[in-house]
Amino acid sequence: MKDWRYWLAEQRGTLLAFGIFIVMFAIYSGNHPAGFTANVVQTAANKGVLLAFVAMAQTLVVITAGIDLSVGMIFTLTNCMASWLVIGTGLETAFGLVAVLGTGLVCGAINGAIVIYGRLQPIVATIATGAVYFGLALLLRPVPGGSVNEDLADFLTGRFFGVVPASLVALFVVVLVVWVPFSRSELGRAAYAAGSSETAAYMSGVPIRRGKFLAYTLAGLLAAIGGLFLTFFTYTGEAAYASGNAYTLFSIAAVVLGGVSLFGGKGSAIGAIFGALAFRTIGDLLFVFDFDPLWQPLFQGIILLIAVSLGAFALFRVRNRLEWFL
Amino acid sequence: MSETTLGGIASRMPKFIRRADPAVATAFACIVILLLVGSLYSRSFLSPEYLLQQLKVASFLGVIATGMMLVVLLGQIDLSVPWAVATGAMMACAAAAYGPVGVALAIPFGMLCGVAIGVVNGIGVAYLRIPSMIITLATNAVAQGLMVVYTGGFSPQDSATAAMRYLATGFTIPGVPNAVIIWALIGAAIVFVLTRTSFGRAVYGIGNRERAAYLSGIDTRRVVLIAFAVSGGLSAFGGVLLAGYASKAAQSMGDAYLLPSIAAVVLGGTSILGGRGSYLGTVAGVILITLLQSILSVMQMPEAGRQIIYGVVIVAMLLLYGRAPASR
Repeated sequence: MKDWRYWLAEQRGTLLAFGIFIVMFAIYSGNHPAGFTANVVQTAANKGVLLAFVAMAQTLVVITAGIDLSVGMIFTLTNCMASWLVIGTGLETAFGLVAVLGTGLVCGAINGAIVIYGRLQPIVATIATGAVYFGLALLLRPVPGGSVNEDLADFLTGRFFGVVPASLVALFVVVLVVWVPFSRSELGRAAYAAGSSETAAYMSGVPIRRGKFLAYTLAGLLAAIGGLFLTFFTYTGEAAYASGNAYTLFSIAAVVLGGVSLFGGKGSAIGAIFGALAFRTIGDLLFVFDFDPLWQPLFQGIILLIAVSLGAFALFRVRNRLEWFL
Repeated sequence: MSETTLGGIASRMPKFIRRADPAVATAFACIVILLLVGSLYSRSFLSPEYLLQQLKVASFLGVIATGMMLVVLLGQIDLSVPWAVATGAMMACAAAAYGPVGVALAIPFGMLCGVAIGVVNGIGVAYLRIPSMIITLATNAVAQGLMVVYTGGFSPQDSATAAMRYLATGFTIPGVPNAVIIWALIGAAIVFVLTRTSFGRAVYGIGNRERAAYLSGIDTRRVVLIAFAVSGGLSAFGGVLLAGYASKAAQSMGDAYLLPSIAAVVLGGTSILGGRGSYLGTVAGVILITLLQSILSVMQMPEAGRQIIYGVVIVAMLLLYGRAPASR
């Protein structure tokens, strides 16, 4: 196969997600009362970036053929933490940032340790750790409140040069700093290999355990970055169970829309980011068409249902019925 | 009951109990420990009234966990429990608002809605081959969306029917709450189905290796579909009972049942990978979880502490005996 065709086949999911996002965003901004202005883009970017971070976190774990049902809770926990710590003088704020991101890393590492070294099923283990993280969040913020360094918050949620949303730039930087090195490293490839076929990867001497552990740990970090940005947007911390759960759920939807295989070993965080942005835009379409916001959960649920059912088209390519069963 | 007497009793028990996992014995041992710890905090912890009350509370979780166990035995999972529970409760209460016919049909209608959710799950898992974890999350979201639209985002105003309240809080046999009897009946039925029918054998077979079960001539897709439908129906029935207990349905009333139902099944020694597990273990898991919750509330632990202890205990117990075999 020629190089570019191989590349196309590999990136098909990502490109599809990009296409869906472009079409949806065109419909969205075309029908928005304010039209395609810097303000509309900034608001949309700020909302979409939150989910994009959580979706990136989910991608890292899904690539290893696992799942992290605690990402939403890490997101909530770090939001509550940031509302205490990321405040005050420059030095105090910097310390707060490190503490919040460190907490995310530790949460992810705990998930990874339990799943990989404790040999528990990711679903059950991360539901249980999610309960712990939510409990901690509730301990930090029994009632919503707190505040954040507003200069930093305004800087990171505003616009550069009056047009470029700062949150999008931040997302881009995180991709460059976290995702690109990870996916090109030996351990990143080990994570892919472990998701593709753990036995084969093991037989080939790939460091699957370290690769998977790194994936879970970085997932915690990315969820924490998401939590940090939530604090920047809202200026408060809130231990909301429903919102944490919703982010977990939407992250899975975004990952699926972004062409990441839930069976592991296939897809990229870039795809998941476009999946997240597309999912958010679709959800917001209701507003520009003046529907009752009451319908939004149902609408998002149906999109989710359709998105996950799309994978079923692969069944038409099955030649032998035994391939139904993995 | 200690482990030694359990062993003594076990030799006189039917075969399916004697073959029980060591995990089941561990779960029962943990129950004994919890009872002892609880009795340190409160004298009345070991009184028959209190224990019966615990059993009554456990029976709601027991009904829901029964459906979950059936699905877990297949090697799948049902994450649509929260809104299947809420949908069952809300729809049963809603039906009650439509005159005497509605009142009479409230319970079956609530369960039917749960079965519908389960059928969607089942079609997705069995026929479209979507991972159960994903499709059940999606149907959960759709069920939530439907209920939000129906109730307008508020707690529904309809209240439970007399029959629902009777099932959840009444006494047919003096001293034994109806809810416990219902759980016992459902438990007996599921034990019969799992151990004495070809459907039950097929469930274990599919859980071990679906491909092999398919090649043995089992219509595996139908079995999976039925199992998910039953799970949805039982979740909704649990919701109906809960609505009867609280006299009405509420938003997010089912959220508190997802983790406990999975935990009860897994702590009871049922393999999350499917194909292995006994109902006795699930009973032990349900009682264990209920006692744990009860002790935490007796200790007046705030919600935050409860969530933390809860998650830690579940991880700890799973690390004790729920680990996957070492690879290779």
